[in-house]
Amino acid sequence: MARITAGVGSSHVPLLGVAVDQGKTGDDYFGPIFAGYEWTRQWEKNTKPDVVILVYNDHASAFDMKIIPTFAIGCGESYKSADEGWGPRPVPDVEGHPDLAWHIAQSLILDEFDMTIINEMDVDHGLTVPMSMMFGQPEKWPVKVVPLAVNVVTYPVPSGNRCWALGEAIKRAVESFPEDLNVQIWGTGGMSHQLQGPRAGLLNREWDNKFLDLLVGDSDTARFIPHIEYLRETGSEGIEMVMWLIMRGALGKSTKCLHRHYHIPCSNTAIGHIVLEPDNQD
Amino acid sequence: MIAPTEKQNIHDYLAEFDDIPGTRVFTAARARKGYWLNQFAMSLMKAENRDAWKADERKYLENWPMSDAQKEAILARDYNRCLDLGGNVYFLAKVFSTDGLSFAEAVSTMTDMTFPEYRDMMNKGGRSPEGNRSIKGAY
Repeated sequence: MARITAGVGSSHVPLLGVAVDQGKTGDDYFGPIFAGYEWTRQWEKNTKPDVVILVYNDHASAFDMKIIPTFAIGCGESYKSADEGWGPRPVPDVEGHPDLAWHIAQSLILDEFDMTIINEMDVDHGLTVPMSMMFGQPEKWPVKVVPLAVNVVTYPVPSGNRCWALGEAIKRAVESFPEDLNVQIWGTGGMSHQLQGPRAGLLNREWDNKFLDLLVGDSDTARFIPHIEYLRETGSEGIEMVMWLIMRGALGKSTKCLHRHYHIPCSNTAIGHIVLEPDNQD
Repeated sequence: MIAPTEKQNIHDYLAEFDDIPGTRVFTAARARKGYWLNQFAMSLMKAENRDAWKADERKYLENWPMSDAQKEAILARDYNRCLDLGGNVYFLAKVFSTDGLSFAEAVSTMTDMTFPEYRDMMNKGGRSPEGNRSIKGAY
């Protein structure tokens, strides 16, 4: 049986990809950010997941205004790094896991989550930056990936509660897949940032850390945080944090924190990172 | 917090967005208004389109069914005006990356600061949420 063994939360700031690609991860600006991921890079090597369900959002790369799926799951064989206007990032192609992805898609639809199925798309920094943060610069990524793209750009975006419930349904779906697979789920984006308007540059260390606290243990308070609170407290782009709730929802009733990191700033954004393990005795 | 069973009315939900200082939430109304502005920006993902745009910006815009106000706002790189006219920052990013601007520099043009001032603010912890959460509540 496949099982979800861990959840990872991480920001996916494009500048982190630039730092990796240009070899700047040890300099004064980026050093402290990347140092906070070293524990996780070693842990990923030791735990050897087979598949990562990678929850992220597309930033006007694969999707434009023509089609706006709320929840879309990638069921393809592989995905190329998107050209976001300055050439694709020099990273390996991302290998999919179509058998597991289709199984999850079918299970979710039967479970009343009406997913959009994507067979072909390019993946942008929302997906490739977390891969670089967790795995560095290998010739080939050490895991297969099921991309799960969430609309967090055009409102209304899905509620935190709906995201959490989707995570719960993903857990059920994974556990009914017959093959023995070690599956992780990653929630990416955030933390506080605002990239637009006169209020741009807003960061909220206190709120972000409270949010990280809420992901640990058996509280489900975070699922009921309304959009307006993210918008007021964490900036217009802080709403990406609802994607972390899909990850959290997929870990079951209770979690244990294995690692946590927070750093300000990276460009316009507060960097947050957490590694969680399901802690369910039942 | 929202009670687990409570469902919010769409009009109340949208009305709250107007109470956030210095912020244009990308609602369906803005997405409709800015449809062609954003799709124009998206076209700059292709190298040949970027070349045509750089060669003659005004001419390039002739092919897009955007309002005159949208065209002028883009030509002036007035990004706050673009947001008012339905632009979304992830789409507008195609314009400023074509201009060779970093995200942070482009974002700083929407504030009342110069780029060095903005960068300095970010390095010192960013803009505080204090007093920046609500227009009516002033908190």
